Amino acid sequence: MATIVVFVEHANGSARRASLEVLGAAAATGNAVCAVVSDPDAGAVAASLGAFGANKVVHLTGPTAYSPDGTAADVASVVQSAGATVCLASATSAGKDLMPRVAALLDSTPLTDCTGFEMAGDKATAVRPVLAGKAFATVESSSPVFCATLRPNAFKAAEGGGTAEVVEQAAGSDRKVTVVSVAAKEGGKLDVKEAPIVVSGGRGLKEPENFALIEALAAAFGDAAVGASRAVVDAGWRPHAEQVGQTGKVVAPTLYIAVGISGAIQHLAGMRTSKVIVAINKDEAAPIFKVADYGIVGDAMEVVPALTEAVKAARNGQ
Amino acid sequence: MRASRPHGDPQMNIVACVKRVPVTEAQAVVAASGTSLDPSGYQYMLSFYDEIAVEEAVKTKERLGGEVTVLTLGPAESSKELRECLAKGADKAMVLADPTWGERDALATAKILAAQLKSMGAELVFCGRTATDRDNSAVGQMVATLLGWACVTEVSGLELGEGKGTAKRETESGIETLEFPLPAVITCNKGLNEPRYAGLKGIMAAKKKPIEEVAFEAPANQAAAVKMELPAPRKEGRIVGQGVDAVGPLIEALRNEAQVL
Repeated sequence: MATIVVFVEHANGSARRASLEVLGAAAATGNAVCAVVSDPDAGAVAASLGAFGANKVVHLTGPTAYSPDGTAADVASVVQSAGATVCLASATSAGKDLMPRVAALLDSTPLTDCTGFEMAGDKATAVRPVLAGKAFATVESSSPVFCATLRPNAFKAAEGGGTAEVVEQAAGSDRKVTVVSVAAKEGGKLDVKEAPIVVSGGRGLKEPENFALIEALAAAFGDAAVGASRAVVDAGWRPHAEQVGQTGKVVAPTLYIAVGISGAIQHLAGMRTSKVIVAINKDEAAPIFKVADYGIVGDAMEVVPALTEAVKAARNGQ
Repeated sequence: MRASRPHGDPQMNIVACVKRVPVTEAQAVVAASGTSLDPSGYQYMLSFYDEIAVEEAVKTKERLGGEVTVLTLGPAESSKELRECLAKGADKAMVLADPTWGERDALATAKILAAQLKSMGAELVFCGRTATDRDNSAVGQMVATLLGWACVTEVSGLELGEGKGTAKRETESGIETLEFPLPAVITCNKGLNEPRYAGLKGIMAAKKKPIEEVAFEAPANQAAAVKMELPAPRKEGRIVGQGVDAVGPLIEALRNEAQVL
């Protein structure tokens, strides 16, 4: 049996959903899963991971400030001491930052943002997008350790697992880069990459102020993030963090709602693996309708407020 | 130590690592081999985020002094994209000419770049946060790790001081502020700067700037694509209706058919 090391991120006292999905993908292979959690305050998180598929948890204690290079060295040392041949993390900001460092320390090559991962015996294979998802490559590697990050929302978290032994390990002291502060997002806003529902707006909204309609619709869902097309980000209406597409973020939510977005090839590449796609656009011939499961032809300014009220009513069980 | 050199020393050795990639409008067509994309007919450009890296390198030179080299691993034809970087203020360019650049994996690329950066005495390296062809977002961190340098990724704000710097990056939780020592690799995100256009003067000056081809030893690749596929076509969708009247049917479909509400 192979051993898979999974780096688990946490926020506000619980493991990130995206990390639980990675634990689920690792556990689904039937191999031994060793989770790594960093931060002295993450004791409760470490203790919770057995239920999500971890057989063992290494809790890194030591300096509080996160260091990407320091933590990478810690994760690489866990991989080595566990004799692991696979190391996984989520393709979040932290995971994508960390895994190539871990891979370099292990003389291995990393595979980023994988949408597929499986193992046949000891041999791991991953599927990952190229050209932002215009194509998908199935990749094998002869690396000593198969290092990969998995796309959020593309794998299922495991439930009903058992308990795991938690081992505390002191984090290494050699740290070059340290996080000195984090300015939290206002009102705990969800990121487009992680949110199960994304409501995106484009040029069809006509004025930046009209994004209030998009925000209201996202708020009606409760667990939705606001996204944007490149056109409105370049115009300065919305921050780059919200941009969906080839030069922004590639997302795969359960529900993607595109409002006033015509559907340039670069945008479609960034959202076409969403499970359900809804498009609202005035132009019946807009390419976005070619990938949409459900379309409404109409003026966003009229349709979106009505949809917001209907979603609120639906969420209230009416 | 070179990196603790004081402010304004004209010798700061700044490098922007860039990559030539298909334009973002490029369509994917699977090659006959079934394991790669068919590049015939592709137009190329400098990867979007690499333009931000070049701009930051030139801005840093303008602020602190030094020299900017643009470095690429890629086909010899990359000289067209490199010439554009020179027109925007870089001083010289180097090509690690690699006929098999399309298959080169992240570790091999990072090893080749790290060896070159070391031999040229680089002190501060800018890369794009990802190359928009293979989207691997890995080489910057790996180069830094191999060299034992600091690295901050997806940087959207940067301040450099003596022998150290402060960077901002946006994550799912908010905006992180990080401190790092030099030498360092910075991978650049949108928002860090607005890349300039090359003026006529820059374009003329670029014609006289050197583009050097450098030989290198290539380590073996570890990763290889065994299959390349286009995404499965989405199942046929439908227009549920026109205007506000369509909202009811949409809610109905999302709830009962798609079961996402």
